[in-house]
Amino acid sequence: MTLDFGSDTQGLRLDDVRIRLGERLLVALDARVGRGETLTVMGPSGSGKSTLLAFLGGFLDPAFTASGRITVDGVELTALPAEQRHAGILFQDPLLFPHLSVVDNIAIAIPEDIRGRRQRRSLAQAALADADLAEFGDRDPDTLSGGQKARVALQRVLASRPRILLLDEPFSKLDAHLREQTRQLVFDRARRAGLPVVLVTHDEDDARAAGGQVHRVGLP
Amino acid sequence: MTGGVRLARLAPPLTLLTLLGPLAFGLAGTALPAFGYLPDLGGTQLTTAHFAELAAVPGIWHSAQLAVLVGLVTTLVSLGAVAGFVASDLGSAGFARMRRMISPLLSVPHAAAAFGLAFLIAPSGMIMRLVSPWLTGLDRPPDLLIVNDPMALSMMAGLIVKEIPFLFLVTLAALPQTRHAETMRLGRSLGYGRIASFTYLLWPPLYRQVRLAVFAVVAYATSVVDVALILGPHLPPTLPVRLIDWMNDPDLEARFLASAGAILQLGATLVALIAWVGLEKAGAVLVRHSRAAGLRFRRDGVIRNGARAAMLASSAIVFGGIAVLALWSVSGLWQFPDALPSSFTLKSWMQALPRLEGPLATTLAVAGLSTLIALALTILCLEREYETGRGRGGGALLLIYLPLIVPQISFMFGLQVLSIWLGIDASFPALVLAHLVFVLPYVFLSLSDPWRAHDRRHDLIAAGLGMNRTRTLVRIRLPMLTRAILTALAVGFSVSVGQYLPTVLIGAGRLTTITTEAVALAAGGNRRVIGVYAFLQTLLPFFAFAIATGLPGLVFRNRRGLRV
Repeated sequence: MTLDFGSDTQGLRLDDVRIRLGERLLVALDARVGRGETLTVMGPSGSGKSTLLAFLGGFLDPAFTASGRITVDGVELTALPAEQRHAGILFQDPLLFPHLSVVDNIAIAIPEDIRGRRQRRSLAQAALADADLAEFGDRDPDTLSGGQKARVALQRVLASRPRILLLDEPFSKLDAHLREQTRQLVFDRARRAGLPVVLVTHDEDDARAAGGQVHRVGLP
Repeated sequence: MTGGVRLARLAPPLTLLTLLGPLAFGLAGTALPAFGYLPDLGGTQLTTAHFAELAAVPGIWHSAQLAVLVGLVTTLVSLGAVAGFVASDLGSAGFARMRRMISPLLSVPHAAAAFGLAFLIAPSGMIMRLVSPWLTGLDRPPDLLIVNDPMALSMMAGLIVKEIPFLFLVTLAALPQTRHAETMRLGRSLGYGRIASFTYLLWPPLYRQVRLAVFAVVAYATSVVDVALILGPHLPPTLPVRLIDWMNDPDLEARFLASAGAILQLGATLVALIAWVGLEKAGAVLVRHSRAAGLRFRRDGVIRNGARAAMLASSAIVFGGIAVLALWSVSGLWQFPDALPSSFTLKSWMQALPRLEGPLATTLAVAGLSTLIALALTILCLEREYETGRGRGGGALLLIYLPLIVPQISFMFGLQVLSIWLGIDASFPALVLAHLVFVLPYVFLSLSDPWRAHDRRHDLIAAGLGMNRTRTLVRIRLPMLTRAILTALAVGFSVSVGQYLPTVLIGAGRLTTITTEAVALAAGGNRRVIGVYAFLQTLLPFFAFAIATGLPGLVFRNRRGLRV
């Protein structure tokens, strides 16, 4: 893993990003996050760290004003609507779609250019198998355990072939043992997929496990 | 953020047009003839002569006063019962039971509830039968004027039993936005009784949220026609009934008088609303004084039991009334004072069925279509609100409530005049539009809370997965809100089924529904036929709610996360 701050356009670039609420400056950030690397943003609740994720994802509340540029692999995202950014997101709850079966939760994420019901379904099934959940495809998502749900949520976001991965305190609701496991899995898969990751957290362990740059916001 | 559902942009203006267009044109169409302008009937000059004529009608002021009084008393009693009951039983098992018992009452049409009450309390009604002759010694119905009493007491009772469920459910919807459990505990730990804790601490924020619904009750009760025709006084009737008589007068000149009367009705409702605001102020002063004095009201048993009794009576009367309606519809010979008919027969149903077909088809078509249009507009408006983050303020809510606060009769008159002028009176589209004005607010109010409470992170995830808004709406949000959507549909359907005045005026007697047919039977007094129509009128919304409750369980039987 090498950090390359040169002319390389690979990965996520945040140029002069400033987010304000009225007059108050919440976030000021310049960063390069290479493929497979993680930028950890830390700060107390209410510090605006989730606002940064909203800005990156394309759903910033109109109450905030933001400036700066977001580019991924040379493509500028700043003006794109959320659904065209391919910014996958994981929240602290897995938020599986309750009306769809487990396998359909993943199938719905597969990009449209992959055609044919059977092909989409077999891709989804393969993603489930990759998470050791091959048998669970037809299950009601609500019958899975917390750890299983977290794995489905991860496979779902990966199946959408995102350009970047946004993590909004995704491990904070898991118990200690599961947290460690899930953390490993998420960073491992993100690295394997070569995704730039932005992690927002208030847990120092998350930052250590991520092992990348740390940016602190909301400090006095 | 660009993108979004394209159609949703049109929805808010289209919705406002649907709600306010008929209101504005209707009021204008009422006001112009009231001041003498109606060229088709030779009225080309503005004059106040029709108001002078109106003022000279015997008993007109009495009729207007009665309407105001009915509005205020109905609202005061129903709101008092609901507030008292919530104060005394919030959080208890009895509260949950009452919630289950009262909710279905909302779907019962006003006219059916009124007929049910009449069948219970009339001199030859069920209650008198149950206590005769062993208690009263009567073997003939007593010669008493109970139904249609000149003080409108039975009419107020008929309205109260239906407004209690409405206000109760509106209050329940507002409760989650307050920290009610903690607040009540806090109040009681400071030594205040339940009623006092509720009144001092919880009621002010709660009332602010239900206030428009209360205004709608005041307005509805001052201007109601169908309940007044069934239970209201005859000599003289309340103002709205007199207006209908003039409107139906073969002498077309009476339309000027009717229009002037509709403006008077607008004034009467306004007076009632102003008086209500006065009552609010007086109540606030009273509460402030007793709070400042630290009065604890620990012994509030009388109020609590009174409120409970009123709630129970409301559901007992509506359910009992419907049961008696059903009984009459299948009764053969049923002499006073027998508590049950001596024989049962389906003759009334068989005789009524051939004549029911047309009205039933109209009822279903108008209700179905107006509800679907209302649902589409509501979903698109809420989607637009989600996308822009605007439009959920108090101003928007007032606009939604406006057709429920302006008396129906005052603008439906004008709409009828307008529809005749445009040549679309008694046409199916005009009737659907007229119903839509009242269906839309209820569908919107019913769906907006669950829509806004829906976890929007699901939408963010879907966007992150590359789904656009339309796809997210169709694949994620609407399926997840199936239950709420079906409930909103059932609400809209039952509102449409229960509409009397718009159907009578816009349908112009040529398009009739179960409700207009049922109310038309009131004067005849044939209990068996009334039983058939009023019971059927209750069944339609009941089925709608049964489907709304049952269907999601069936579709999502393997989805635990969508169970209630």
